[in-house]
Amino acid sequence: MRWQGYLIFLALVVGLARPVGLYLARVFERKPTFLDPALRPVESFLYRWLGIHRAREMSAGVYALCFLLFSAVSTVGLVLLLLVQRWLPGGPADRYLTMPMTADLAANTAISFSTTTTWQAYGGETTLRYMTQLLGLVSQNFLAGAAGLAVGIAFIRGFARERSATVGNFWVDLVRALLWVLLPLALVGSLALIWQGVPFNLAPYTEVHTLEGGIQTIAQGPVAALEFIKNLGTNGGGFSNANGAHPYENPTPLVNFLVLLAIAVLPASLTVTFGRLTGRPRAGWVLLAVMVVLFVGGLALCDFAEAATPPQLANLHVSGGNMEGKEVRFGISGSVLAALVTSNGATGSYNSMHDSYQPLGVLVPLVNMLLGEVIFGGLGTGIYSMIMIALVGVFLGGLMVGRTPEYLGKRVGTHETKLIVLYTLLTPSIVLLLTGLAVATEAGRAGLVTNGGAHGFTEILFAYASSMANNGQNMAGLSANSGFYNATTAVAMLAGRFGLAALALALAGRFGAQRHWPTTSGTLPSDTITFAALILGTILLVGALCFLPALALGPLSEWLQH
Amino acid sequence: MTSDEPFDPMRGASAPAPVVKLREHIRLAVVSVISLTLLTGCIFPLVLFALGRLLYPAQAAGSLVTRNGVVIGSRLIGQDFTRPEYFHPRPSAAGTGYDGASSGGTNLGPNNAKLVESVRQLAEDYRRSNGLPPDAAVPIDAVTRSGSGLDPHISPQNAALQVPRVARTRGLQEDVVRRLLADYTQGPQLGFMGDPRVSVLDLNLALDQAARLTAR
Repeated sequence: MRWQGYLIFLALVVGLARPVGLYLARVFERKPTFLDPALRPVESFLYRWLGIHRAREMSAGVYALCFLLFSAVSTVGLVLLLLVQRWLPGGPADRYLTMPMTADLAANTAISFSTTTTWQAYGGETTLRYMTQLLGLVSQNFLAGAAGLAVGIAFIRGFARERSATVGNFWVDLVRALLWVLLPLALVGSLALIWQGVPFNLAPYTEVHTLEGGIQTIAQGPVAALEFIKNLGTNGGGFSNANGAHPYENPTPLVNFLVLLAIAVLPASLTVTFGRLTGRPRAGWVLLAVMVVLFVGGLALCDFAEAATPPQLANLHVSGGNMEGKEVRFGISGSVLAALVTSNGATGSYNSMHDSYQPLGVLVPLVNMLLGEVIFGGLGTGIYSMIMIALVGVFLGGLMVGRTPEYLGKRVGTHETKLIVLYTLLTPSIVLLLTGLAVATEAGRAGLVTNGGAHGFTEILFAYASSMANNGQNMAGLSANSGFYNATTAVAMLAGRFGLAALALALAGRFGAQRHWPTTSGTLPSDTITFAALILGTILLVGALCFLPALALGPLSEWLQH
Repeated sequence: MTSDEPFDPMRGASAPAPVVKLREHIRLAVVSVISLTLLTGCIFPLVLFALGRLLYPAQAAGSLVTRNGVVIGSRLIGQDFTRPEYFHPRPSAAGTGYDGASSGGTNLGPNNAKLVESVRQLAEDYRRSNGLPPDAAVPIDAVTRSGSGLDPHISPQNAALQVPRVARTRGLQEDVVRRLLADYTQGPQLGFMGDPRVSVLDLNLALDQAARLTAR
């Protein structure tokens, strides 16, 4: 029964990958699409208004610079908005805003939303004004998501082009990502969510008189504006503290299913876009196949761990799967599917509390994030995460056959290999260093207010894995609103966003400048099952080499303890 | 547009891109962040707000339920029931329990002794209030806290075990309550999404409604 839902979901993602991927290719090739009559005038107006020269191309370095500047200005703007938000008009009333917006929390939150991480060290309904949520957070969900998609497209161009000094125009890609992809989908999707019950109002918190004569205060707000784009843009930060578990954010199983599709479909489709733009459609399908295999493996393990009655409760005579921190309307299947999709898709919009998952259950989202979210991944960022690890596989394959490694006609020389290795090592070094720092210091251990021991270690590792992967989900038992965590998670978020993107763009620039080398009998074919197995093996090998010791201290030892 | 000459964006340019001053890039970053923020953080929400009000006013307002002109809850948000004549929701970790302005779960790890002890206690209370023998199996949703602390639903198994208590305190036939429960049990959405569930507020409202009809 549970697998029926899982399989329908996967079938939809794979089935939509081709039409959506081809559409994305057309959008960024600037070919006509069915939305042109409505959007071309808006596009032209925006270029004129902003002063964008649409035919002016950029080198990879300038592209990266524009991406960086755009994010920096976004961050500064958001910090300012957060610092003055108490004086903004509108709800909710002051007495509900019990969490103070300190300078470190404001900086952490701004970095978090401008990097699509949307890590939240606060609870939405006790911290933010409606105006802040709309002007500051909804907008960044769009803008940071679109900027990520733009970088992903520029990366693909590095493989598609030859002898080119440029990788595209950041501003044009950004505007087209917004107008042709995110805004229309978000409008339709958000309306569907309102229909299913996600509220959109600016009313004060409602005081209701319950049937038993008590008073219940219910937080309100423009929830629907955030709900769909937070998933579509692979951001994930919730309107309220409980995020996707809150019945206003995720009222029905259908909403849950739709937003999970919103997370997975665009990143999965980018494999098809990649195949299309490089003229090697089969190479794109191979990448998607690797993603699906890894996805199913993780799903099986997480489902197995969560669907069984918790062994810790074995002699208490309770029946059913692990429902602590889960909602009845989603059950085990809707919760596990969300854990998988959100942790793969760089989206923090969990609908159940990962802190209360079984050790092997939480191992899956944790590993998904540590592997760099290669399965679907973040919008735009997922495609280069996957291709980077594929290139490590290509390099290993090249070593085995003793030839210069090549991928899609691009030679992986010394300089390229250095960029790829730097990219691969950045995540483990940042995550493990910061985890070590947190465990070794009083300030870091002070966050363990709910749980301790191996589980506490997992909470900390999870926090940095999530920040580095720009995911944003957390094991919420960790008390993360402190100077220490606000600063260190910000470091991981910045490295995960800009460090990785800069290396990916640098590589795209070098590949774009190369010619396409002809395929010879010595070329390792990139569109076969063997190649898929090579990538799969590389992902697991690199992941295990980097993270097995840390995982042994956390979820694995916790698993052995009960 | 003057610069709209024919151009193939996937071929790129062999000549290096024209050098643009840093100041120009910064200017573009500032104006585009401001303008696109207005587009996505102001115009988009306003359009959505208008459409939501027009097409789905009840949902946009939070699916509030009124009885005799008084707002008694939201169809989507769980509320606490402790009296024996009502079906009881799951235990809640939102604030002091079902606090609609402070959502959240316990975040207790699976091996945490506090979690195991609290489940033991909750199971004991559940058995006592429903007159079950000490070794009776309890549906797990009745003794665990949801992620939001505002879960409006319970499992049909959980509801079924509460039927005798509710029927007894209300002086109703168990069959009557059971039939009502069946009416308010929802299957998976579209046949495969989510688990079967019972909305506690809807069911309790229906019980009160039935009581009023009989009284008349």
